Amino acid sequence: MPYIPHTAKDIEKILKAVGAGSAEELFSQLPAASRLKGPLAIPDGLSEQDLLSHLKALSSKNSTVEEYSCFLGAGAYNHYIPSIVDAVISRSEFYTSYTPYQPELSQGTLQAIFEYQTLVCQLTGMDVANASLYDGATAVAEAALMARRITGRQGIVLASALHPEYRETVATYLTGTGDHLSQALYCAETGTTLPESIDAACDDNTACVIIQHPNFFGSLEDIEAIAEVVHRKKALLVVAVTEAVSFGLLKSLGDSGCDIAVGENQSFGNPLSYGGPYLGFMATKSEFVRQMPGRLIGQTVDREGRRAFCLTFATREQHIRRERATSNICTNHGLCALAASVHMVSLGSGGLRKLAALNLSKAEYLKKKLKESGVEAAFTSPTFNEFTVKVKGGAEAALKKLLDKKIIGGLALKRYYPELGEHLLIAATEMNSKEEMDNLAGLLK
Amino acid sequence: MEANGTKGLVLEEPLIFEKSFPGRAGIGPAPSDVPEADPASVLPSKFLRKGIEGFPDISEMDAARHYTRLSQWNFGLDSGFYPLGSCTMKYNPKINETAARLPGFAMLHPYQPEHLSQGALELMHSLEGYLAEISGMEAITLQPSAGAHGELCGLLMMAAYFKAQGKPRTKIIIPDTAHGTNPASSHLAGFKVVPVKTEGKGALSVEMVRAVMDEDTAGLMLTNPNTIGLFERNIKEIADLVHSKGGLVYCDGANMNAIMGLVKLGDLGVDVVQLNLHKTFSTPHGGGGPGSGPVGVGKVLEPYLPCPRIKKEGGKYSLDFNRPDTIGRMKAFYGNFSIMVRAYSYIRRMGGAGLKRASETAILNANYIKERLKGTYHLAFDEPCMHEAVFSDKFQLGSGISTMDIAKRLIDYGYHPPTVYFPLVVHGAIMIEPTETETVDTLDRFIEVMKAIAEEAKTNPQLLKDAPTKTKIRRVDETRAAREPILRWK
Repeated sequence: MPYIPHTAKDIEKILKAVGAGSAEELFSQLPAASRLKGPLAIPDGLSEQDLLSHLKALSSKNSTVEEYSCFLGAGAYNHYIPSIVDAVISRSEFYTSYTPYQPELSQGTLQAIFEYQTLVCQLTGMDVANASLYDGATAVAEAALMARRITGRQGIVLASALHPEYRETVATYLTGTGDHLSQALYCAETGTTLPESIDAACDDNTACVIIQHPNFFGSLEDIEAIAEVVHRKKALLVVAVTEAVSFGLLKSLGDSGCDIAVGENQSFGNPLSYGGPYLGFMATKSEFVRQMPGRLIGQTVDREGRRAFCLTFATREQHIRRERATSNICTNHGLCALAASVHMVSLGSGGLRKLAALNLSKAEYLKKKLKESGVEAAFTSPTFNEFTVKVKGGAEAALKKLLDKKIIGGLALKRYYPELGEHLLIAATEMNSKEEMDNLAGLLK
Repeated sequence: MEANGTKGLVLEEPLIFEKSFPGRAGIGPAPSDVPEADPASVLPSKFLRKGIEGFPDISEMDAARHYTRLSQWNFGLDSGFYPLGSCTMKYNPKINETAARLPGFAMLHPYQPEHLSQGALELMHSLEGYLAEISGMEAITLQPSAGAHGELCGLLMMAAYFKAQGKPRTKIIIPDTAHGTNPASSHLAGFKVVPVKTEGKGALSVEMVRAVMDEDTAGLMLTNPNTIGLFERNIKEIADLVHSKGGLVYCDGANMNAIMGLVKLGDLGVDVVQLNLHKTFSTPHGGGGPGSGPVGVGKVLEPYLPCPRIKKEGGKYSLDFNRPDTIGRMKAFYGNFSIMVRAYSYIRRMGGAGLKRASETAILNANYIKERLKGTYHLAFDEPCMHEAVFSDKFQLGSGISTMDIAKRLIDYGYHPPTVYFPLVVHGAIMIEPTETETVDTLDRFIEVMKAIAEEAKTNPQLLKDAPTKTKIRRVDETRAAREPILRWK
């Protein structure tokens, strides 16, 4: 049997030691009437070689973003992952270890995640970041719950330009504890969330307002103006970022009046993998740290006074606090955080800025080419590497036409915003060549 | 034969930020093939930042050395025996890693058209089928990201079920042996936790549940096999009782590794269960995730499964969003796909008979350890165990030695300690789960070491108090970490 090393002699030895005549005796505590009589209806095991052939055949039924020109973003971005990322996360000392409960045996994971927390603080401009959450959507849901704990208020205002699946996730998370959800609508002209729309959505029970930046349409939100309104209402501002490469250019959230920064760090070092595992992040102000969900790594010393790291503030967590914990999260996305760190570090401050500028250049070029083809930007606000256009004849028909030419042209927004039938959300990253973009623009003429 | 811990050349390594040298370049992006847009002219200045203060600048080689050195301070499953109870630290097959990295799996965008994703959807659909077969449940969702996420998903479905009947229920029964995630998830799902004391018996009885089960209680959340390593043998009767009051039974399937092919939870009256792919199905723990926590449900809860569902019709796979009673979605997209690929790879490699053998062997290994250590360490419950055995420090306390000392001393011998101080119902618990992938030789050596440590506890307890001495650092001051928090480099 694969992965089971026991010989008949081994089993004999065990049975003798435990004083059982047969293995069956050991299973006596299982209710006899419910014991399975026949085998599981699962195909017979494959040799490793046959398994790999099977998996390759199965995977070849998919078409990849390498085989197609792909202009999809919408919360999952196709970026180049330097080889060093996989080399590091493939070290089995990292990927086969458990959550670092025993710090003496886990200093590698602990220091790496402490560094990751620091990198997230630097990117977001916040004071403190946790070790990771599952993904951007659950990070937003956790931020909503955290804002309730901090403010003692219940209302959650979601910008309608927040990723629709994030909004759905928040709604699911809040069904148990009462949803109290309301929406701040986007402006049809700018594609952004205007402060007056926030103002209208808030009341004196509002715990937080959650916006996305750049938002789901790719538009940059005026965070400072929004923060002013939110803070006047004595609520907290949660800003979600789904495209973390934007941190390389865009003003930090901490400097813009954000109270809780959350989002998706998949863009750093984590492959698209059909939607997961990705990497939720959360960063906030020092004063809110004890209300944060998730693991936190802290610096301390060992018995001999040497710098060391360990899990800390565990009294917030489920294994100590049980039903009074700040969250139920246990297993998080540690290895994804390591991958993100390696990618960030290998870029460095200069590399990250260049990468962000390159993404901006690509998107601006594509916008220009589309405009030349008569495809106009749908909204007036500035964008980073993703933007919304209006396609005459409808976005879905255009996408179909593009698919025939092996181009996945973006995301038709109608599914999420019925009023946006002609709207197409297009992302351009460093993975999209000039030629691909010229083709796309040419075909949409 | 397992090796003792010994000295090796372990290199000091500063924080990455302390190695940074401004201007030193790492791996930059490709040159632009389009005209470069000047950010300052494209974007209003209020949107732009100057730089990122403190962000490191490192050469690629220095980065490689940095992470290699850090990795050497870690102990993984491939380093040595890792008998963490309740965590199922079984071998993480390398073929699974190869599988997850196949471009045809790794390079798929979640929003690419369904007809370009048939292989991914087929894999997910098949995996759902296998997990349904193993657990005996009607339907599976693969969406939750981890065990606790699966718990929340299952509990929200229970809540939706009662709400749909027009009779929302407010409470849930949880035994004191439960993982901390159970009450935490219940609270998040809106339930008030009714704890049940198992009163030193290690398992639930029908009477214990009867005493608290009423028609305002959504049901029972139990772990089976439980955290003591015992099968809740009254489960069927308990489930009947819960059902008779209109309630539902949630089973935490974290310990599924003990029962594959032996019994099906669905046959035992369980209505909803989460399975931890990173435990039973061999996917790596990653130093703290990512895992995956699929949830299986019986017929009554099927309408409430999260969206989208994977549908197969006429040989074609698609995503079904048209589910009026769904609880919604637990996260963006469809779940931790690359973890599903690994679990699928494991199941296909093992086959049905292999999975059954895995559970049987896990039970054999655990009982071997239990039997051979029981005179040396206090055994919390002396009866045949399932996949793990729970001891305590009761025999050692007289020498002033506690579970923590025993755990730390094991490190010097080259072992990862077992789970300690859990379950909470066993004072000073030492919870050992060897899994089926360890040889008897490894277990023998571990048993000898555990016995040697028990002897040291009597003759030279200071050795244990001082442990570990062979690791890069000694015991850490966790109190100081919480009192004087330093949560980032500055």
